[in-house]
Amino acid sequence: MNDLDATPPLMRVQSLSCAYGKRNVVRDISFDLWPGEVLAIVGESGSGKTTLLNAVAARHTPSAGHVSFDLRHQGLQNIYEMSEAQRRMLARTDWGFVHQNAADGLRMNVSAGANVSERLMALGQRHYGQLREQAIDWLERVEISPTRIDDRPNTFSGGMRQRLQIARNLITQPRLVFMDEPTSGLDVSVQAKLLDMMRTLTRQMNLAAIVVTHDLAVARLLAQRMLVMQNGEAVETGLTDQVLDDPQHPYTQLLVSSVLQP
Amino acid sequence: MTLQNTEKKPMLQMNNLSKKFTLHLQHSTELTVLQDFNLSLNPGECVRLSGPSGMGKSTVLKLAFGNYRASSGEILVRSKEGQLLDMTQASARTVLHFRSHSIAYVSQFLRVIPRVAAIDIVAEPLLESGSGTITLEQAREEAARWLTRLRIPESLWQLPPATFSGGEQQRINLARSFIKPRPLLLLDEPTASLDPSNTQTVIDMIVQARNKGIAILGIFHDDAVAQKVVNRTVVMRSLNSNL
Repeated sequence: MNDLDATPPLMRVQSLSCAYGKRNVVRDISFDLWPGEVLAIVGESGSGKTTLLNAVAARHTPSAGHVSFDLRHQGLQNIYEMSEAQRRMLARTDWGFVHQNAADGLRMNVSAGANVSERLMALGQRHYGQLREQAIDWLERVEISPTRIDDRPNTFSGGMRQRLQIARNLITQPRLVFMDEPTSGLDVSVQAKLLDMMRTLTRQMNLAAIVVTHDLAVARLLAQRMLVMQNGEAVETGLTDQVLDDPQHPYTQLLVSSVLQP
Repeated sequence: MTLQNTEKKPMLQMNNLSKKFTLHLQHSTELTVLQDFNLSLNPGECVRLSGPSGMGKSTVLKLAFGNYRASSGEILVRSKEGQLLDMTQASARTVLHFRSHSIAYVSQFLRVIPRVAAIDIVAEPLLESGSGTITLEQAREEAARWLTRLRIPESLWQLPPATFSGGEQQRINLARSFIKPRPLLLLDEPTASLDPSNTQTVIDMIVQARNKGIAILGIFHDDAVAQKVVNRTVVMRSLNSNL
């Protein structure tokens, strides 16, 4: 068991705080994430969950605290002490970011195929045939017909756009994906398909993920661990089923008891 | 492994275990459902938790699985490496590791996953990351064997179990657990909604697991089932620990 706890995490977040002006929106949050683990960050709107996600994804400079990522061959490195170029490289190789609104994560005016292969081209791949082959493979993995490869995403449905966004991120075999409300705004049937796909892909690729969601059912399906936020603070953490079945904090009890049972 | 050896090495030990719920939304009402509970369970032994409803039988299983968090006391579970580890102090990651390698739990109800076929729900524990190099096809073959043994018609294998009957869902749940034997098995009413022939199959499965040295802690309402599988009974009374 000692071995288990001695393995370095993929990401380590220590005493992280974020402020907009004088207002602290994320306060003193710490957690470790290991390869293959999915962590759900839940809480109501305004609780600071998206700000926390942006801060650990190097998209919002925190006011205090550290975020370290296990770089291949270099071990845990503070992401805010890396050069801009290093961070950009990380963001397009080992990391992925799936936006709530697919239009923020896709190029709407270029083809689906170009969207999916963009990260490979950024890494220097130039062979058209190979790029196209990999793009087709990923379109199939996210259940988009390869016949749509030359169509632009603005001709796609919401669920297809979200799946395209996932393919675009996963093509470089990242080790960590950040997701901001990936299923909100989708029909439940479309949501189920996306969730099933994300479960399968994270398992197959031993992919770690940090998923922001206000939907406890999504957290239950996707995440092994959960962090509950209220007013910028982590009020409760634990295994997802522990937090949902035996909530300890008054706010978590309120969240769990407020879910409508269909 | 000699009998003496196994007697000295409990698989599960609960010491002075208590569980209290604080209901913050109901004026912080405190509900004590378990107090100073003690239990020791050896490999190859099947212990029945008995007593009327509301005595905390399911709570004991949920605590052992790490689903509920103990208020005080210890829950020692033997790890794959042979050490006893206190689950009440373990990190989330350690509890996950234990669930993957040491503790199997069959709850009363199957938690269905939208869109996922019955056969894949059963195969899933074999495919969890870190579980080895088994392929999807091998895992499905193994799942098919358990589904066949539990008489789930092949026509249902590719369907998500949301629309299955209670008894079918229960058998999916059992198959999903038995497909990956772990040294501690927790069973909550495993035959509650099964017909006589499936009940007999489940009895056989439990006895085989026990004879292989798996330590079993179970709740069995049916005395006829219990008589066939149980070595020892722990009677739970209203907030008094016993045995």
